[in-house]
Amino acid sequence: MRTIRLLACFVALFCVTSAHAAEIALAGPIRTIRAVGAKGEGNAAAANAWQTIVKRADPGDLIDLLKSMNGANDLATNWFRSAVEASTDAALKAGKKLPVNDLRAFLLDRDNDPRPRRLAYELIARVDGKQAASLIDGFLDDPSVELRRDAVARVLKQADGAIKKEDKIGKFRTALNAARDVDQIDHAAEQLRELGQQVDLARHFGFILRWSLIAPFNNADGVGFAAVYAPEKKVDLRSAFEGKDGKPAKWVKFVSDDAYGMVDFNKPFGELKGVVGYAFTEFHSDKAREAEIRLGCKNAWKLWVNGKEVWAREEYHRGMRIDQYRLKVNLKKGKNTILFKACQDERTYSWTKQWQVQLRVCDATGTAILSTDRPSQVASR
Amino acid sequence: MRRIALTVLLISIIIPLGGADWMRFRGPGATGLALDAKVPTKLDAKKHIAWKADLPGRGLSSPIIVGDRVIVTASGGRDQTRLYVICFNAKDGSKRWERQFWATGRTMSHRKTCVAAPSPTSDGKFIYAFYSTNDVICLDLDGNLQWLRGLTHDYPNASNSLGMSSSLMVVGDTLITQVENDSESFAVGLDTKTGVNRWKMSRPAAANWTSPILLKRKGGDLALLQSSAGMTAVEPKTGKVHWQFRDGASTIPSGVVGHGLIMIPSNGLTALRHIEGSEAPEIVWKQSRLGPSTASPIAVGDHVFVTNKVGVISAANVKDGEVAWRLRIQGPFSASPVAANGHLYFVNEKGLLQSVKIGAGEGELAGSIDLGQTVLGTPAIAGDALYVRSDRTLWKIAE
Repeated sequence: MRTIRLLACFVALFCVTSAHAAEIALAGPIRTIRAVGAKGEGNAAAANAWQTIVKRADPGDLIDLLKSMNGANDLATNWFRSAVEASTDAALKAGKKLPVNDLRAFLLDRDNDPRPRRLAYELIARVDGKQAASLIDGFLDDPSVELRRDAVARVLKQADGAIKKEDKIGKFRTALNAARDVDQIDHAAEQLRELGQQVDLARHFGFILRWSLIAPFNNADGVGFAAVYAPEKKVDLRSAFEGKDGKPAKWVKFVSDDAYGMVDFNKPFGELKGVVGYAFTEFHSDKAREAEIRLGCKNAWKLWVNGKEVWAREEYHRGMRIDQYRLKVNLKKGKNTILFKACQDERTYSWTKQWQVQLRVCDATGTAILSTDRPSQVASR
Repeated sequence: MRRIALTVLLISIIIPLGGADWMRFRGPGATGLALDAKVPTKLDAKKHIAWKADLPGRGLSSPIIVGDRVIVTASGGRDQTRLYVICFNAKDGSKRWERQFWATGRTMSHRKTCVAAPSPTSDGKFIYAFYSTNDVICLDLDGNLQWLRGLTHDYPNASNSLGMSSSLMVVGDTLITQVENDSESFAVGLDTKTGVNRWKMSRPAAANWTSPILLKRKGGDLALLQSSAGMTAVEPKTGKVHWQFRDGASTIPSGVVGHGLIMIPSNGLTALRHIEGSEAPEIVWKQSRLGPSTASPIAVGDHVFVTNKVGVISAANVKDGEVAWRLRIQGPFSASPVAANGHLYFVNEKGLLQSVKIGAGEGELAGSIDLGQTVLGTPAIAGDALYVRSDRTLWKIAE
């Protein structure tokens, strides 16, 4: 009995020591890869580190590699991803087994970053498709949008196949509430409407509908993008200015009735060309928080939050879509101001008429963050 | 005249003879030529589809072939955020390896195109992949990562909401790419060993989907960068500008070098000649009736061939641009033509691969294979085989 205990202690000590040794062996290469930066900084050293990792072809390294992706920048994350893939290829080719239980534990720990968790899922799926499939239902509220998408797809399929109307409604409503991808949201919303249900898509996305707009300022020859017009200096919704060609520019209230939150400058001001307009709103946050402003716009534009320029983009009529641009912002508790500048060019093709933006506030997963003073649900959208 | 003759002599013309690797968009020197490759001419689906392989995502990029490896890029997943590099065995189409990366730049594009629109390239030792997201990835031939760059990560306004498609060109130890768009527009030469910038130059702030081409000369090769403004000849390693052609050019089909001339889609088609030491090239001829549509021109023998929107091929004399004959086949084409075995090969957007016999007299349709899928990428030729890819499939066409 004593011998067995001693043996068990020895085995346990060996395992701990081996794991510790692996951790030490990987520490340097991981540190090197995490240090890669912009403009190729650290690439040469990272290539050596990558080779060191991959040559080990040790499945026992996978969890450490996945953990090393937590908080890493996008470039380092890709270095680690390919190291995990190459190590896994080599390990499987050598007949080694992946640590599926450890991968599962890593995957299910939502404190880990979404991308390495998704990669852990794909590794499990590679060697144990049945187990991977069994996990999907649990991803319906997952912070990883990729994992969540699989769960929503499954619910949508169930909803499509359901016979009873109330079952279909229940499933589609579940799918809609969980969905963060536009195609899945549209699918669920369309089916719910066909079933006689009311859906407020603008609320689901978090599109801001209530704005004050002002136009037209001059953008002949594209000068308006760089020009600093009065609203950029101070927003006073009672003020009026002399706009392009002497036309009056004054603030007007605008409430979008579009399900996807389109704010169309052509509606209050007419189809003007070579002009600049501004949209202003106040957004009330229940707490100080990090957030994303996501917008789609096919005009040149600038965005300010709380008076600070967040981003500027000088591109005209190359296309727009929901969440075309994702911008990280910090919201204050209480009132925040959002000022958007939309520049319309002078071309007169049918595809250059649009002068519009759709803008929403959400978290990193795309879950809507609503202004605390937003009116209650609008059923018709 | 003597100076011109001397210049012509100094320019070594690339006429690939076939069997060699095909390591970039439109192959050796971006000519589209593999003249001695014994590719089937009387195309027959039952006899000539050697194999086909599934692809994990979309792509307009051309396959490249390095030795016995066929390398293809693709984009897939949610919003095309997943970038793929896949390596197949040329012999049987089996997969050797696959690598995936997350896009670091914007993935939006027009629905006709996709993130994997630019073609990868190789210098025979390493593979360089590029995407509309401006991710640049260098792998060795066994899929080992050498370096990566996120050019939108580095230059955040560098993107085109319609998508980008300029393909890479490697010259010596410099990798050249054009990241040209309405906003943050530039070209960059990267050190092939580390991916670090050797040089970066501002480019016209206008969307541009053309790819760099190479002018071989004894004084050192020049990279020719086309844009809406015209063409700029630069030293690949330093980015030093040698000359500029300022008469405007197309932003979709790229130029081609042949017979000592640079034939550029500009005012129809314009033939330029490099003059050593001059700040501008000589304009040899212009032919307004030779304006190519999406597909780039190709020069074979004494003719340069262009295709228009409705599938009409125009064959013009390289010496003066005069049209010799025209032939209508089934278009429209997004893919550029390639040439081998006395034939031109065209694949239209519906996936109809067509061979056209050229040589003495007028061209004639020799055969076709209906691949049955949308094909927008330019074929590749190596080892007596033609490789064509769609959004779902890679085909090898061979005897």
